Parts: sequence; C-alpha cells; structure tokens
Amino acid sequence: MTTAALLIDFGSTYTKLRAIDLDRRRILGSGQGPSTVTTDIMIGMKAGLDDLERRLGGLPRFKYRLASSSAAGGLRMVTVGLVRELTAEAARRAALGAGAKLVGAFAYRLTASDVDRIVSLAPDILLLAGGTDGGNSDVIVHNAQVLGRSALACAIVLAGNRNAADDARAALAGRQVLATDNVMPEFNVLHIEPARAAIRQVFIDRIVHAKGIDRAQAEFDRVLMPTPAAVLEGARLLADGCDGIAGLGALLVIDPGGATTDVHSVAHGEPSAPGVIVQGLPEPRVARTVEGDLGMRHNAANIVELVGVGAIAAEAGLDAASVAALVAEISADFDRLPRTAGEIALDRALVCAAVKHAVIRHCGTVDTVHTVTGPVAVQHGKDLSEVNAVIGTGGALVHNPDPRSVLEMALADPAMPRSLRPKAPKLLLDRHYLLYACGLLGTVEPQAALEIALANLDAIERKPSIERAVIA
Amino acid sequence: MNDARTPVVVTGVIGSDTHIVGNRILSMALEQAGYKVVTLGALTPAAEFIKAAIETNADAILVSSLYGQGELDCRGFRDLCVEAGLDGILLYVGGNLVVGKQAWPDVEKRFLDMGFDRAASPGTRTETVLAWLAADLAERKREGCVRR
Repeated sequence: MTTAALLIDFGSTYTKLRAIDLDRRRILGSGQGPSTVTTDIMIGMKAGLDDLERRLGGLPRFKYRLASSSAAGGLRMVTVGLVRELTAEAARRAALGAGAKLVGAFAYRLTASDVDRIVSLAPDILLLAGGTDGGNSDVIVHNAQVLGRSALACAIVLAGNRNAADDARAALAGRQVLATDNVMPEFNVLHIEPARAAIRQVFIDRIVHAKGIDRAQAEFDRVLMPTPAAVLEGARLLADGCDGIAGLGALLVIDPGGATTDVHSVAHGEPSAPGVIVQGLPEPRVARTVEGDLGMRHNAANIVELVGVGAIAAEAGLDAASVAALVAEISADFDRLPRTAGEIALDRALVCAAVKHAVIRHCGTVDTVHTVTGPVAVQHGKDLSEVNAVIGTGGALVHNPDPRSVLEMALADPAMPRSLRPKAPKLLLDRHYLLYACGLLGTVEPQAALEIALANLDAIERKPSIERAVIA
Repeated sequence: MNDARTPVVVTGVIGSDTHIVGNRILSMALEQAGYKVVTLGALTPAAEFIKAAIETNADAILVSSLYGQGELDCRGFRDLCVEAGLDGILLYVGGNLVVGKQAWPDVEKRFLDMGFDRAASPGTRTETVLAWLAADLAERKREGCVRR
C-alpha cells in the first residue's frame, strides 16, 4: 500500500489538488474543481476529489491532507509604518513575505481620512509597525489610538518599537492583537521573520475560519498558509535543499497571473563584483514582490500602457488596432483562455512584457557615483545576476506555446547594464504546478517534497548565447 | 521625558564623499561615552539622515564632510528637519567643509546661519564634540524643549 499525500490549493478560480506518492517519490495525479468558497467550499472540493478519483481509478488513503488558500480575495492586508522607506517598507515586505495580498500601505501619522480608507479596505489583518526599538514611539502610539477608536474589526499584528508596545496595545484594547518583534529593531536592520510567522498564525487561527474555508475540514487536515506563501516556501526548499539532498542554490521564481505578477527570489543578493557599496534597506534573502499593475487579464490595458501599444503589436505580430480591440475584450473577460492565433500571440506579448518588467523591478540596480576619489559603484536592491535557476510557474507560462521566449525576458539585457538580472541561469518550467504543493509538503516531509519537485521541473534550453552566435 | 533614556545620535558622511575614517573615530568615541549611535557611513544623502533620525527618535545629527562640497550638500539641511517635524533636533557639522583656504570664523558663521548648532573646524578633537554635546543636551533638557 502506498503512502500518499494530498495537497490542496483553494484558489480564486479553481480548487486544485495534487496527489503525491511519498514512497516512490512521484506525482500520482491531479484533480480540479471550481472555486466555491463564496457559496459552499465543499462543492469545489468534492468536484476536485471526484476528478482526482476518476483519473486515479480510486483514491488512496492520504497520510497528509494539507491545504493553502488564496480564495475569497486572498489574505488581504494593510501595513502601517513610520518612514516610508524604513519601517513602512519593512512592514510591507513582511506582509508580502507572508503571502498577503497587500491592499494598502501607509506611513507616518494616520490621518482621519487614512483611517476611513483603511476601514473601507476591510483588510483581514493590519500590520502596525513604526520606530526602531527605543526610537520614535509617538507615531505608533498615535496610530494605535486612532485605529483603536475606529470601526476597524480585523486582527492586528503589532511589530513596532518595543518600548511603545504596551501603550499601543492599551490603545487597541478589545481588539484581536498579536504582538511580536519589531520589523526594524535597529536602524536599517530588517527583522521580518517573527512578523511573518505572526501573520501566518493569525491566518491559520482566524482567517481560515472567517473565510469559511474550514467548512471543508472533513476533507483535509490543515490549511497551513496563503498560497503565495506556499510557493515561496517551495522556492526556499528548492534553493536550500535539505538533509542529504542538494538544492538548486540561488534562484528566482516568476509567476505571471491574471491580476498581478509575482516574483520570488531566494538569494542573498550581495554584490557579485568587488568594491560595490550597497545602499538602502537590506533585502530579505527570501523575498517576494507583487506587481499589482502587471496582470494578464485585469491589468492587460496597464501592460499595454506601460510598454506602448506599438511594442506589444510588434511583439505579437498584430496591428495596433487589433491589439486595442483584443485588450478591451480580454480585460472584460477574466477567465478567458486564448483561442485564435491573434489571441495567443497577444497573450505571449503581454506575458513577455509582464515578466520583463516584474523582474526588472524585483532585481536591484547598480549605478556609478562620481566622487573626488574616483567613480564608485553603488548597488540598490538585490544583485541576482549570479542566480543558478529561473523557474516559471502559473498558467500563463505553462500553457504558453513558447515558454522559453517568456522566461528569457527575465534575463540580463546588455542594453540595460544597470539592472542586476540573472545572467546565465538554468531555465525551468513548473509544468505540473507543483511549487505550492512542494511548499506545503515540505512542512512535513521535506525530502520527499524536494525530490519530487526537482524531478518534475522541466529544463528549458536557452538559446545559444549571443557571443557564440557572433563567432559562428 | 524619561531621564534614564540613552541619548541617540545619528552620524554619517554627507553627499558623494567616501572619507569615512574621521566619522568612524567620532562614532566610536560617542559610543564609548554612552550614546546610542546610528551610523549611516559614507555616501549618505541628506534625506537619509533625516529618515534615520525620525525612526530612531534621535537627539542629534552629526554630519561629516571632508571633500570640500559640504556647503552645497548641507544647504537646506535644517529646513529638511523642520519639514520632517524634527524642529528641536541638534545639528552639528564638521570636517573640511569648504574648498580652498578660507578663514574659519567665516566658514563657521556660514554653517551656523544655515541652521547648524555647532560647526567643527578641521582637527577638532572628539573630546571637544563630546563636551559640546553634553552641554547642549543638558541645556535642551533644562529648557524643556527636547522633543519627546
């Protein structure tokens, strides 16, 4: 009898299931049902299980049944910090790293209209930061007071100046408050893991229930994390490896979706060249960025606006008028899959542009500053030029007829020498949508999770390098 | 104000200036004297000093400039502080602040007019800066105008 695991993703469009054979380290099969969290989550879950059963000819007994969720709007979060580039940015990174959908990010003293805006955003969790330990406490206490007097009902994770924590907590009396370590205990020191863990705890304890996901509890053991966090955990395991199994090393994951494009990196991001000075807030080794304006459907018009209709038309081999007409159609029809040759070409052009710009924003830059002692190279953000692998995941990439050309958009471009994008990584495609499953399974059986993920990522050959082409 | 609170000072070298040694010696002396020191290091834009001072609730900002462009880099520094709500913060500046041989009293006056509380000429000892700081912080406390 096989030992099997069931990994479930309660998505916003589909309920996706992956069944894994833990003994033989292979995928047993997958199943899919609609997302029914807004009505009764069990309908989609049952449909997915039926689908899986049909494909397998019967269901095994599952040793683990673990779930992630991005249903019901995902984990909606608002962050509040003090200085925009410091504690407010640290709070933002903690929320993104916890897999949240960031719906608002605020800095400095909250005004009455800020508070109204936060209440109307109706987040699931608010992350309140501000001040280094022993630093500014006025602002976080003020913000706690105005939030404490507001109609805001959500859970609050408190991760600011520890010397202000008691006063802030008192101002929030009667709310669900989870206090944790400061996201920036010292100036320019990023310390976001405790806040990430606290957010995940609130997600498991409260949000899963509040969103009605626990009504399917008979069919699974635990909802562990938001789906983006599961993808990030999968990426971390793939990069770092585990006992006895080497990982891929530093890597980048690209996930272009309908509404946003997510980029994850697991890499320290320190300068690859000697003598480079790093400036700005230190970057987390395990990092996630979300580009809210780069989505294949909801934001198709934004992508066209960003790169220009001419560039999209040229890339797709269409004329500008048909691009405009098609974009209007797909923007109004989120679930639409491309059918005609023109639609497929447009989708490819859109996903190429989304990947290129999302990776440019995720990766750091290097600039030359001229000082009296000569030029100095200054880096902002992460240097990802030396990562070993770039992994593509998500439907827009997996169903693309030419995933190589899309993944290549993530690579360094000699025309943009300031951008520290990967130079010569392996290109891998998550064809079976396993990264989330790897992240979930990794919490209980990391070795099996890693082996299965490594065996099921498809290597995509890169084009021969330009240098070689020139020599030939 | 909590009397037991350790005063916080922000140090750094302003502008496109990489001369870090003097600033580092000063930072070490401040630490030894019991201050909490937030060191921003070389190549620090003016706005970074102010952002750091806000988050850490600093009592003073000590700006170094060694490459002769200090006058340009420091212009408007006090205004930036006021704009950011750091009205009462102590501002010191020191180093080779200007190009060429200029009389120190002129240079000092120029920087005091810019809103700095103290300007340190080349060769100023760390002991002198520590004495200034102790006196100025004590005076602020007496006047009750320390931001807290």
